[in-house]
Amino acid sequence: MEKVYTKTQGIFQDVVSGFCPGCMHGTAHKLVGEVVEELGMLDKLVRVEGVGCCGLGQSYVSHDVIIAAHGRACAVATGVKRCSPDSLVYTYQGDGDLASIGLDETVSAANRGENFTVIFINNGIYGMTGGQMAPTTLVGMKATTAPFGRNPKEHGYPMHVCELLSQLTAPQFIVRTAVDTPQNVIKTRKYIKQAFQNQIDGKGFSLVEIVTTCPTNWGYSAKDSLTFLREKMFAEFPLGVYRDKDKEEA
Amino acid sequence: MAKGRVEIATEFCKSCEYCVISCPKNCLAVGEKVNSKGYPYVVSANPDDCIGCAMCAQMCPESAIEVWRG
Repeated sequence: MEKVYTKTQGIFQDVVSGFCPGCMHGTAHKLVGEVVEELGMLDKLVRVEGVGCCGLGQSYVSHDVIIAAHGRACAVATGVKRCSPDSLVYTYQGDGDLASIGLDETVSAANRGENFTVIFINNGIYGMTGGQMAPTTLVGMKATTAPFGRNPKEHGYPMHVCELLSQLTAPQFIVRTAVDTPQNVIKTRKYIKQAFQNQIDGKGFSLVEIVTTCPTNWGYSAKDSLTFLREKMFAEFPLGVYRDKDKEEA
Repeated sequence: MAKGRVEIATEFCKSCEYCVISCPKNCLAVGEKVNSKGYPYVVSANPDDCIGCAMCAQMCPESAIEVWRG
């Protein structure tokens, strides 16, 4: 028999991740590893990560990691890419990092059309700090800082990062995707590959938003969290390609 | 004769069951034994039905599944 699927070299072979059962951070990590391994650029890969659960990836991935100050990953990645244009640079950020404290850095980097890739994990809640309300928390969804559910009059509405950034002129590729089924995993791998290929071709800013689950802080089992993801999260955050300049020009 | 075979790294399994629900042939199930972290890990319950499609491995967040086909 021939081996058709094995663990990517982009993550350590003997390390068990620190993520909770059912957390899709692991899926996102392995997809990045698989894509860059396929592109043959693992030795040039630089990861700039934000603060939060994504920080657990520092002991999980086998390539170089810089941990930026909270929210400043896009600013640090700008510096890394400009100083070392041969490196393949990506930021890996959650919604509390990219959409809350780091929104300014994200929008500015996108507006400048910086030539790196952003992997944005959106699970609608702050994970590591204990389930506080994030900018992407759904209306009515309970969080430790909104025990009666998110009230739009008090807390505003969920923030749509892809829609927001697709209003700018400079970004090359903006997509929202998910990894809840094998089909979506394969689709997401294709999008991540396109995002990295855009960087290699020097086309500019690419952002892949992955809508994921947080079973621990949502208070569901891993299986039930998939139902919530499909019924509630996808209704608020519709999947799709929001910007692809290649197709617009063609 | 099975068309495929899966090998599950039991120490990496966290029992999220994403592989169990994504298997089109219902080959996988949560076993009775637990690993050193205390998770009851997934085992291949019907290995003869496996077609080696690797859908379980695509879904596994911990990359704990290796798949052979042929």
